[in-house]
Amino acid sequence: MRVALVLLGLVAGWEAYVGFGGIDDLLLPAPSAIAAALVDDRALLWTNFVVTAGEIALGIAAALVLGLGCAIAVHLSQSLRRALYPLLVTSQAIPVPVIAPLLVVWFGYDLRPKIAIVALVCFFPIVVSTVDALDRCDADLRKLMRSLGASRWQTFRLVEAPAALPGLVTGAKLSLAFASIAAVLAEWAGSENGLGHLVLQALPQFETARAYAAVLILAAFSLTLFAALSLAERRLVPWARAPR
Amino acid sequence: MQTRTTAPPEAPAAANTEVDAVRLDGVSKTFAPVRRGAAAVTALEHVTLRARAGEIVAVVGPSGCGKTTLLELVCGLIEPDAGTLRAQPAALMAQRDLLLPWASAADNAALALRVAGTPHAAAREQAAALLRDFGLEGFLHARPHELSGGMRQRVAFARTLLAGRPVLCLDEPFAALDALTRMQMQDWLGAALRADPRTVVLVTHDVEEALVLADRVVVLSQRPGRVVATLDVPSARPRQRTDPEIVALRARALAELDSA
Repeated sequence: MRVALVLLGLVAGWEAYVGFGGIDDLLLPAPSAIAAALVDDRALLWTNFVVTAGEIALGIAAALVLGLGCAIAVHLSQSLRRALYPLLVTSQAIPVPVIAPLLVVWFGYDLRPKIAIVALVCFFPIVVSTVDALDRCDADLRKLMRSLGASRWQTFRLVEAPAALPGLVTGAKLSLAFASIAAVLAEWAGSENGLGHLVLQALPQFETARAYAAVLILAAFSLTLFAALSLAERRLVPWARAPR
Repeated sequence: MQTRTTAPPEAPAAANTEVDAVRLDGVSKTFAPVRRGAAAVTALEHVTLRARAGEIVAVVGPSGCGKTTLLELVCGLIEPDAGTLRAQPAALMAQRDLLLPWASAADNAALALRVAGTPHAAAREQAAALLRDFGLEGFLHARPHELSGGMRQRVAFARTLLAGRPVLCLDEPFAALDALTRMQMQDWLGAALRADPRTVVLVTHDVEEALVLADRVVVLSQRPGRVVATLDVPSARPRQRTDPEIVALRARALAELDSA
């Protein structure tokens, strides 16, 4: 409720600043102009939103599959940890604005380079937080499993994996925050559609309000994903919130 | 009370008291220094201890005297440096209940069965039956944080029983409970063990707990732990804490602990 009030105040201030300050709509559109663009350009915005949302969703899905696989491999095998972990960390040092055009050259203008970029950016937080959570599993619980004669796999499946679930969710939340930025950067490197592409096109066409509308949609999408994940977290790992 | 636990075929009959279920002869255990320059820690020194099948042996001693090490040795989690150790398969109940926070009471109690390969549904059913006997009928689906300390220890004990091992190693099972609950749990454990007799090595720092539950009380010294006294507790069960014989033994045990 308080968030809504703060937001309302900000929007009102913005509107007043543009209206009474005589700011050119091309430089900074008023909230009312952005709202009008949202309505007028809804078909255009929707088509491009579907493209970007697909890039983000598929990229995160790829990062989840690869990230989980790597985290489990690194956790279960010391030699894989030594072989893979430095590479995983290196993957995060690759600057996206540099690699994105190269991937476009390699894959072309289609969906693939975008998915790869989003996955690359989302991969690291998922792997690191999952590996950390698996490693941090209570040593006494491992000892208990050993005293029961459990195999390595049973200990992983019955104890370590559920214990690491909250860590995985945290990693997924972090990667969500980066996913939309990665998608826009990937589109800027070369694309024919998507909200990032729309922003890039709207500015030279003096459609500043449309660019703002696209950014607004992207932010709302990220927020929705985050809320959905928080809801899933409450259902998946209720014990992580329960008082101990 | 009736328990439906089934012990494996190698579990000895409680009546057959001539068999040693647990036997330590001159067992020593030293831990390597945790970091360079630190001294190695000798936890146990030349400990000799035996528990006949079906016997309850309590081990009391000051904190840090290697009691937990003793249980880990019996359970085969660590190996002795010197001496010989023979023990039938043993299940460990640690001081912390170590219940899985995401699993229900029934699933927690069923953990040992699932590790042994029992299908999930069957394991849960068997665990639920035992928990009902333990007075947890209404809490089968409760998660650990919804249970009281005493209930959690009962679930942990059910899990230990369901491991189906002839020997139970109990490591200060009630240390975390308040005094009144602890007393009730001691009586409860005594009854549970009469219903489903096992060989028990009970580690505790509570002399009264040892005397209420055990057939024999072994007193360990300060680190490195050595056996300084062995007290036989003759009286029949269930025991009264105020029984003169128990009170006298308590005084003796405390004196031994003091001088240890």
